[in-house]
Amino acid sequence: MTAAATAANAPATKTAAPKDAATRGLVEITKVRKSFGTTEVLKGVSLTVEPGGVAVIVGPSGSGKSTLLRTINHLEKVDGGFISIDGKLVGYEVRGERLLELREKEILKQRTGIGMVFQNFNLFPHLTALENVAEAPVVALGRSKEDARRRGLELLDRVGLKDRAGAYPRQLSGGQQQRVAIARALALDPKILLFDEPTSALDPELVNEVLDVIRELATSGTTLIIVTHEMGFARDVADTVVFMDEGQIVEQGSPEHIFTNPQEPRTRSFLSKVLEPAFNI
Amino acid sequence: MSSAATTVAQSTKSAQSAAGPAPAAAPGTAASAAGGLPPEDGAARVATDYSAYRVVAAKHPWRWVGTAVVALGVLAVAWSLATNPRWEWGVVAQWFTAQPVINGLLETLKLTAISGVLGFVLGFILALMRLSASPLLVSVSWTFSWIFRSTPLLVQMLLWYNLGYLYEKISLGIPFTDVRFFEVQTTTLISQFAAAVLGLTLNQAAYSAEIIRGGILSVDQGQLEAAAALGIPAWRRSTRIVLPQAMRAILPNAFNEIIGLVKGTSIVYVLAYSELFYTVQVIYNRTQQVLPLLLVATLWYVVITSVLSVFQYYIERHYSKGAVRNLPLTPLQKARKFFATHAVATNRARSL
Repeated sequence: MTAAATAANAPATKTAAPKDAATRGLVEITKVRKSFGTTEVLKGVSLTVEPGGVAVIVGPSGSGKSTLLRTINHLEKVDGGFISIDGKLVGYEVRGERLLELREKEILKQRTGIGMVFQNFNLFPHLTALENVAEAPVVALGRSKEDARRRGLELLDRVGLKDRAGAYPRQLSGGQQQRVAIARALALDPKILLFDEPTSALDPELVNEVLDVIRELATSGTTLIIVTHEMGFARDVADTVVFMDEGQIVEQGSPEHIFTNPQEPRTRSFLSKVLEPAFNI
Repeated sequence: MSSAATTVAQSTKSAQSAAGPAPAAAPGTAASAAGGLPPEDGAARVATDYSAYRVVAAKHPWRWVGTAVVALGVLAVAWSLATNPRWEWGVVAQWFTAQPVINGLLETLKLTAISGVLGFVLGFILALMRLSASPLLVSVSWTFSWIFRSTPLLVQMLLWYNLGYLYEKISLGIPFTDVRFFEVQTTTLISQFAAAVLGLTLNQAAYSAEIIRGGILSVDQGQLEAAAALGIPAWRRSTRIVLPQAMRAILPNAFNEIIGLVKGTSIVYVLAYSELFYTVQVIYNRTQQVLPLLLVATLWYVVITSVLSVFQYYIERHYSKGAVRNLPLTPLQKARKFFATHAVATNRARSL
């Protein structure tokens, strides 16, 4: 598979990750396949993201970016290959030579370590901003309501929305809603954060307020995996840029490498279509 | 965004608070702040000051004609109701709070409450079965709804009441063995009340299952995904995230069903069960005052429906939080606001 091959071409330091207990947020995706009906959307994808690393996945629509992201927290079950986080398999338990499918309860527990931010925010419309943020810590981590509230307010403050804590999502702008959604994902203190096109549903003038929050997170030591169409942002924030097309990783590398010196013709033709003239190569 | 809104509000307020003919610049600034025009533009244009003009409301003559016609019609109906001696309002008043009627009313309320609650609980279970991944549960739920929605309620009632004819004894045990925990004569188990509750409940469950299923389906899939991604457990996901949102779609139909059930209980007269409708029938068969007594029952049904409608309004309002940007005022709040602003208006008029 080309995807596996290109992943193997990645720098040697990436594959030789330290396996000690301090490792937090190492994501290893190995030869993952996924089909919807007869369409194969992931054709053996392999990717490693270092703890605290920022991987930005770019590529045309329908290239499997979002599906790959959703397999990481087991919202999509993979048909082949496996994904591990800090050396532990996602969705399965190793028992001798067999892989036991985890039960709902255990999957939910795994997911609390992985925050996800959706394109359409998916805030709970009948709960206030603060209730949205404080819900999961109480029921998923068993924290006290008081703790969750206090921490919720801190997080809303961090995304600049402390004064809107009592507002319902529909009373907020798109950018504000997405910032609440980020605070909600942060409430579980995840070691990994997944962003599925976090700015695609936003008006252009609201994009930056969300990107600024993500930029701040990129320096916090949390592993970030971001699917986006914002190339300027990708270049700015990423350690690794991954270019996907037709269910495969075509090329990956540092932002400089991908944006100024792409090796694959498919990467080049994609970038020439999406990059603004200022970034043109 | 909010700061811009406050600026506009403040400038409008300052324009209003300038008593009498305001300085020509004040309305101009307010307008330019609202419209986003640069202030120099407003200043350059010598705008006519309309602040001293009187606003004359638009006239709607046909609205008045229509109102008059309808008012006349309503008056005519009310007049005939009040003056036609054959309505026998005296008889209505005499029987309205009579003990047998009140007893019948309580029976009606009891039947409605029990079969309503049991019906919706069973309906909820059936809806979950229908949405489950197990083909057997799905088909059992579907078949239940199919059978009970396609049989007349009257037939169901009579069938349950005559269950003793089909099965002499009812027993609880292990199927296909001779083990029996207890055994009882069907006729002693199925009283009129039991037959009525059984018939109404099962029928209600079939309809409410579909209503609840529809409500659950109306909630966006993304809500479930977000909840799953946050590690919220399945039961909590249903009760905290999905159901409160589904309730918005469920409630109007559910109240339709409950109100239908209130009157639907009248069908148990075939079991000679003395609820409201059967009671008035018994009375008018004796006194021959058919219409006044039907009116007694009708008025009680109107009262129950009215009370339920008030409940419906406030429950729907409760579940609509977050669904609209700002909740509309309740009639009570509207009235209060009307009197408040009215009082303010008169005060202002007096001060001018």
